[in-house]
Amino acid sequence: MLAFLENPRLRGGIHAEEHKQETCGQTIASDFPLPKKLYIPVQQHVGKPAEPVVKVGDKVLKGQLLAYSQGTISAPVHAPTSGKIIDVQDFPAPHPSALPVRTVIIETDGLEQWAPGNLPDDPFAMAPDQICTRVGEAGVVGLGGAVFPSAVKLSLGRKNQIHTLLINAGECEPYLTCDDRLMRERAGEIVSGIRLMLRGMEAPKAMVGIEDNKPEAYQVMLAACREFDNISVEQVPTRYPMGWDRQMLRYLTGQEIPADGRATDIGVVVHNVATAHAVYKAICLGQPLISRVVTVSGGAVGKPRNVEVPIGTLMSEVLAFCDLDKSKLARLIMGGPMMGDALPFAEVPVVKACNGILALSRDEIEEPEVQACIRCSSCVTACPVGLLPLEMASRIKANQLDSAVDLGLKDCISCGTCSYVCPSNIPLVHYFKFASGELVKRQQAEHKAEQTKRLMNDRNERMERIRLEAEAEAQRAAEARAARMAAQAAAQQQKVEESA
Amino acid sequence: MNTKPISGPHIAAIRRVDQIMRQVILALVPATAFGVLLFGWPALYLLVVTVLSAMLFEAFCLKLKGVAATPSLRDGSAILTGLLVAMTLPPWAPWWIGVAGSAIAIVLGKQVYGGLGQNVFNPAMLARVALLISFPIEMTTWANVTPLFTGPGLIDSFALTFFGLDSTDAVTGATTLGLVKTGFSQNLTLPGILADYSSFLAMIGWERGSLGETSTLLVLGGGVWLLRKGVIQWHIPVSLLATVAVLSSLFHLWDGAHYLSPWVHLNSGALMLVAFFIATDYVTSPNTPLGQLIFGAGCGLLIFVIRSWGGYPEGTGFAVLLMNAVTPLIDHYIRPRIYGRYRNGKPLDISNP
Repeated sequence: MLAFLENPRLRGGIHAEEHKQETCGQTIASDFPLPKKLYIPVQQHVGKPAEPVVKVGDKVLKGQLLAYSQGTISAPVHAPTSGKIIDVQDFPAPHPSALPVRTVIIETDGLEQWAPGNLPDDPFAMAPDQICTRVGEAGVVGLGGAVFPSAVKLSLGRKNQIHTLLINAGECEPYLTCDDRLMRERAGEIVSGIRLMLRGMEAPKAMVGIEDNKPEAYQVMLAACREFDNISVEQVPTRYPMGWDRQMLRYLTGQEIPADGRATDIGVVVHNVATAHAVYKAICLGQPLISRVVTVSGGAVGKPRNVEVPIGTLMSEVLAFCDLDKSKLARLIMGGPMMGDALPFAEVPVVKACNGILALSRDEIEEPEVQACIRCSSCVTACPVGLLPLEMASRIKANQLDSAVDLGLKDCISCGTCSYVCPSNIPLVHYFKFASGELVKRQQAEHKAEQTKRLMNDRNERMERIRLEAEAEAQRAAEARAARMAAQAAAQQQKVEESA
Repeated sequence: MNTKPISGPHIAAIRRVDQIMRQVILALVPATAFGVLLFGWPALYLLVVTVLSAMLFEAFCLKLKGVAATPSLRDGSAILTGLLVAMTLPPWAPWWIGVAGSAIAIVLGKQVYGGLGQNVFNPAMLARVALLISFPIEMTTWANVTPLFTGPGLIDSFALTFFGLDSTDAVTGATTLGLVKTGFSQNLTLPGILADYSSFLAMIGWERGSLGETSTLLVLGGGVWLLRKGVIQWHIPVSLLATVAVLSSLFHLWDGAHYLSPWVHLNSGALMLVAFFIATDYVTSPNTPLGQLIFGAGCGLLIFVIRSWGGYPEGTGFAVLLMNAVTPLIDHYIRPRIYGRYRNGKPLDISNP
């Protein structure tokens, strides 16, 4: 009844200063010098970490498997270049905590010797399950930032009767232009990737969604898709978070994914545009995912641009390549400025998830002090999910987590629009992330308490059983003794009687 | 480089609380300036006393609370409250009315709840209603239009504001709505009561009334500017004004002799002030667009009811306060639909077409 009050296809969102001009005009730099050492974490994806198959001292070739995928949701990692394994040890991860994770360290030899690969004669004649297997073997993961193993998604799509493959080329985060450049320069390869994905999922059609602030990419993609009737290219409004797959899906199809479901539940699978390119490379060129395009930008960067770098390159080297001015650097971010993570230092490797390295200067990040909430409800208007951020934050402040969950805390996507618009500069997303963490902690504590209780009960039962058994044993023994005594007594009496 | 872990987003929109307050104050300046022009120096004295005392009370409360007063004073909310209180006072009211109004607004209306963003009722309307009930004579003594430089001079005005009014009847009269209310009580009927009423003068504000509420045009202009600036949303003003317009039209058509025409209802600076500046107060109005529509309609309904059948000629203050009390209820029941869920919070059904 009240549906007319909301735009059914587009809700909330913001239009931040784009800062895409700095990098979107230049071609992707491919002259990045090969680093001396590469640091390849075994966990660069959602799921279980990969298990290393190489030993210290091994010689590896470019594209050779370094660590194999473990379990159904996992992905392998490969050598980005040829060289020698000099260590497999813990190394700081590109994460705000910079906690060490297991990392394979390669000393490069500069020869770029490829491992022998097996290329299919006609990639488009391959069996669907073979495509999925190859994509999985190539270590392809979602390159939009979620890093979910792509092969799992493709197989899921094959099992679930998919009617549409949605290619997310929104790139709604400010500063980032790596997908924009990729589309402008390698549209044909991307389209091949999309066709392979369609085949892999046995899906009839694909739809590419591009924000309308990338008209060049749109034109190029349109031209590249012209000969394929089943791939359409659509422009979507430039409105962060348009790259949230569910938002783009709602805008393009009018459909919503149920809160407790997946896109496959409504017959759609969403992949990032860079993932499509990685799929093309994996199948048609036989190259696993060993490099990616990274946007290097921000006020502290002298030469902002997109660079194709091998996975495992230290961010400090990429920044040096782009003339970082360290005196200007105020905050280092992996990803975009809305949802990216602030890193404590730059000596961490570029991983598959890293679509941007931003070195922001003081005047780009604002840190005014937090003021009282004036209930202006800008956050309510801006929230793309339809939550009440101000109410949730006030509940969390009062430590009423359950009440915050009732208000929809678990539906929050941490997109940051609420914090962005807040005139009082309240770190709303921070509250929500904190609360989500608390909930996990609480769940774990509950689980632990339950376990302890179960163990305690088991022990009590066991002790009771032992006690009962002992008692029964004692009783049996007593009975046996009594019987023996009685028998003895009887025997004695008999003796007495006999002797008498 | 700061290495403290910081959650995104790492950039922010430019608008801040103090900018919002400044824009609202700016939007009120034309109407206030016109009021001063219309009623002379006493109005200016009252305005200054009210705003200054509002700031003083704010500083005093913050001191009691044990926090630094300067940052909170700088956000401009106390000035805005003081300004709104002053705008709703009779222009020649004595100084202590202004001070009492500020005290009620800032201390009882805002700080006892915990300060900015915590109050249930609109501070300015709370002050106005409390003053109206406590000091009915002072609050209903309306000065005639005596433009600046034609009325009492600087010193006479000073005496007037700070030492009281001598010959009240000579310079005062009733407001339009007051006139109508009195007329009805004397069994007069409508076109007759408003024989002297000029809708043009009411529109530009050349009539008796509160300090900053006489000019429909200037208040409306400020409100529309705020809308354009995105400081306020359209929902509350539109639903409030539409409700008043619809109700008054219906009743006027039914009995034109006893119900004012919608034009007289709408052509009022007080109504515009409430619609664009008071009812839209962030703190005391609902969060969701639909909630705001209901809130505005409720205000409009109550304004019309009080104006038509209530004991007071003007009902905006009461109407807003009553609806403020309902705001938490509206916010409890009216929530946006969450993505992927029905309005009741249940997840959407899975359907693969």
